[in-house]
Amino acid sequence: MSFGPGSDSISQILSILFYGVFIVFIFYGQRIQMYVMIREVEGSLYKLKYIKEEGRKIAIETIKEIGKPQTDPSARVDRFLEYFQIMPQSMDPAGIVYKLDHILDVRDTRLKDEVKLMAPAGDEVQVNNLENTLEAAMALNFIYKVVRHYYIQGKKTLSLYIIMQLQMILPLVMKEAEAYASALKAFSYGQPIGDGAGALVAAKLMHGYETRKVPKDCVVATVPIEGRTAFIIKAEGPGGNVGKPGDAVKAVIAENEGKISSVIMIDAGLKLEGETVGEVAEGIGAAIGGPGVDQFKIEEAVVQYHIPIHAVIVKEDIGDAVSPMRKEIADSVDKVIERVKNVILERTKEGDKIIIVGVGNTIGIGQ
Amino acid sequence: MSDTSTPATTKISTYLLMIVLVVLALSIVALLLAVQVYLVGNEIVAGYLLVIGFIAMGMATYVLFQSRKRVASMKIEAPKVMTTVECRKCGVKSVREFQRGDFVFKELDACQKCDDKNLITAIYKEVKEKEKTYGV
Repeated sequence: MSFGPGSDSISQILSILFYGVFIVFIFYGQRIQMYVMIREVEGSLYKLKYIKEEGRKIAIETIKEIGKPQTDPSARVDRFLEYFQIMPQSMDPAGIVYKLDHILDVRDTRLKDEVKLMAPAGDEVQVNNLENTLEAAMALNFIYKVVRHYYIQGKKTLSLYIIMQLQMILPLVMKEAEAYASALKAFSYGQPIGDGAGALVAAKLMHGYETRKVPKDCVVATVPIEGRTAFIIKAEGPGGNVGKPGDAVKAVIAENEGKISSVIMIDAGLKLEGETVGEVAEGIGAAIGGPGVDQFKIEEAVVQYHIPIHAVIVKEDIGDAVSPMRKEIADSVDKVIERVKNVILERTKEGDKIIIVGVGNTIGIGQ
Repeated sequence: MSDTSTPATTKISTYLLMIVLVVLALSIVALLLAVQVYLVGNEIVAGYLLVIGFIAMGMATYVLFQSRKRVASMKIEAPKVMTTVECRKCGVKSVREFQRGDFVFKELDACQKCDDKNLITAIYKEVKEKEKTYGV
């Protein structure tokens, strides 16, 4: 075999190749870049599809195992996964919170009824856990469909900017999807999740004391702490439930005719990169996430009676918040109780009445 | 908790596998040619072919390993969750694997040392790997 006259011809071939590549990159560089991005998005979409299907499978298996339905629940689960809610019109924002509250109540009732039909043999705790499992599967289904929408749109239009935007936010989207995937297993097994840090603190404070139900889906216990009377509020466990702490706080304040010297809220807070999981921080304001209805109600109640409101948070990231509770978070409970006691000693007087609210999903946490 | 996944999602794409195999075959041909050309006496060309052969072989192997890694990362890992059982009276503590139906502050059967009931005091998962701090 011969390669021509020698090294000169090889140099020529390499030069031509070099110029060829240079010219191709000048004219088609952006397109090549786009295909690389499309390929990357495609890989993630493939993974999202797998996670979504796995979520559906876990949900159906759990329903069959716990609910003992007479018929195959698959069709009903598929219908559940496609549920949507329409947010209230905000052109005239006055009164929107109560409209949103009503929509969320209807949604909650509808989903719970649907789960009861799917799993007739499940008790209240199991129905709550199943509802949470299905909601996680629903979130995964939605994420997959949105990413697929932009992927197809980008491919159809061959728009670098659509693909680029999708590719740029993809790491965050994937992180959230993976968090929901691990939440699915935690919910189906009824394990406590990171978001339940606040509920766990409240449970530890109220354990051994008599509890009573308060609206909606919450419990309250009257506990003596450092010579003060504390009303400890949390969602009713151990089923997956966040309750409506806004209504509970309002009810307790109303029962005491506004004679509450301080409200202390404990919740899981989103940490920044570089911060440690389970770190405890203290601040001011209503520490509660969600659509904002409960935060609004609590703020409304404390403003009406000029009650100071304090917050203690346990730092964690989104993945930790919806997956089984990490040891660092479980261990931080005693630190939080210490901080709460400090706030009580520094900010209230002996004989005062205070409210302590443990916010978060109380799955796997009793009282 | 099962970690099983459907065959459709765990196998490497046949298209990708074909390309990798073709590149691997070509790289082997390039290496053989390099030997042949070297024996003829054309050392420079042999050198070029050797470099091309090794680069192609390296890239093909890298792509193959990367795709296998991607397939492996597709599994939903179920973390090991532990339950701490404690006797409030005598303080005897034990840690066991989580069982369905466990919840924090659930009362269990009587303690073996005293007659008081055991209580679940914590349920948690342990994360082994440490978070990277990036030196800041």
